[in-house]
Amino acid sequence: MSALRFSAEHEWVKREGDLAVVGITDHAQSQLGDIVYVELPQIGRRLERGKEAATVESVKAASEVYAPVSGEVVATNDAIVADPAKVNADPLGEGWFFKLRLADPKELDALMDEAAYSRFVEAQK
Amino acid sequence: MSSAAALETTPLYPLHRRLGARMVAFAGYEMPLHYAPGILAEHLHTREKAGLFDVSHMGQLALSGSAPARALERLVPGDIAGLAPMRMRYTLLLNDRGGIIDDLIVTCGESGLFLVVNAARKEVDFANLRERLDGDAAVRALTDRALLALQGPAAAAVLARFAPGIERLSFMSAREVALLGERVLLSRCGYTGEDGFEISLPAEAALKLAERLLAEPEVWPIGLGARDSLRLEAGLPLYGHDLDETTSPVEASLAWTIGKRRREEADFAGAERVLRELRQGARKRRVGIRPEGRVIAREGTPIVGGDGREIGRVTSGGFGPSLGAPVAMGYVESAYADPGREIGCLVRGASHPARIARLPFLPARHYRG
Repeated sequence: MSALRFSAEHEWVKREGDLAVVGITDHAQSQLGDIVYVELPQIGRRLERGKEAATVESVKAASEVYAPVSGEVVATNDAIVADPAKVNADPLGEGWFFKLRLADPKELDALMDEAAYSRFVEAQK
Repeated sequence: MSSAAALETTPLYPLHRRLGARMVAFAGYEMPLHYAPGILAEHLHTREKAGLFDVSHMGQLALSGSAPARALERLVPGDIAGLAPMRMRYTLLLNDRGGIIDDLIVTCGESGLFLVVNAARKEVDFANLRERLDGDAAVRALTDRALLALQGPAAAAVLARFAPGIERLSFMSAREVALLGERVLLSRCGYTGEDGFEISLPAEAALKLAERLLAEPEVWPIGLGARDSLRLEAGLPLYGHDLDETTSPVEASLAWTIGKRRREEADFAGAERVLRELRQGARKRRVGIRPEGRVIAREGTPIVGGDGREIGRVTSGGFGPSLGAPVAMGYVESAYADPGREIGCLVRGASHPARIARLPFLPARHYRG
């Protein structure tokens, strides 16, 4: 198990060996409000760090989810497509978005740790 | 958005802050988008029990003179002169080309007409009415009044605790009553598709009444987010999105607001175009749209026909919490406007199947006595 890393676009990444699980942060889901639609990338798609990877829509607006690290999509969480409210209820757990095979694990080092991300969110308020 | 300093506030502003509302800029006002429960829960609560909305940003105007109804009829296609005292009507302020300057509610009061107009249009309406009524009726902006809306199936029972008998007031009727010792104008109308009331009252009395109504167990405060999803499900247009100065009443599927006598007399602004479109049909029509999947077709989404050609645009769209599905409203070429017609919504480059749907999406639950 490794600790979570966070992007400035409010995604989280959890490394699992060669793979990484990606989702959106609790701050992101609370800012979005009630999530009613999720569009996930195709399995096999190669995502580039910082580029659009998925879409979430709340009752308020549509937002892009960006790939916090580069890699090939190996799994997607279809449960959040069927029940988008799972992202609000458990953003760091059941509400995960997709799993990547990391193209370059060193990219993770450029992301924030939990303390840095908390400060980042506070500073934005 | 413009800087927060430039925004106006309503008399309920301190209450919104105290309740922890997420505030947004809307039509020049700092208004609550939602409170702690969130848009979805607030929407569902209003359909199930009762919601209190601060709509004090809307414009309240008084028209007076020897025959204000006759004067106003030059500018609107609704039958205003035929309104019985304390009855009200939804109508449209038209320009000379038959385009909609605003949509509004007109109440026939004891000493003139009482108008409620959109917040974003109140200055435009005021100037327009002043100029075009040209002294035949005096226009006064009631800037010292607040407006609350209590909407939902429990609204009548709640208000009846303060104004016994009010539950029997019929839909689109108004009555002056004393609420907490204050003279207010209660109107049985709203913008949610539910039974409910609007309460026009002196600005300084609004906070106390709102707090008292919120103390009733059925009543939650409801923000603009749920106000928008409620009106969307109810098929009600929003000015600036679904209506504008180029759009006619026929195009907007609001021909039902044109009085029979008004059609015969043909003496309102833009009558030539409006009556021609009534006879021949309009080029485009406002319709309801039900996407088949979960994808949300928001404002601006292109609508395509079977051949992929753009036939219109979505003007309001979102998730309908009571339907548990996306809903939208938009304009399509008239040939595509029949309910059930298959169309496509172009979202993020892909065409998603949808159908033209009858409006409202949910049956209205107004009190019919």
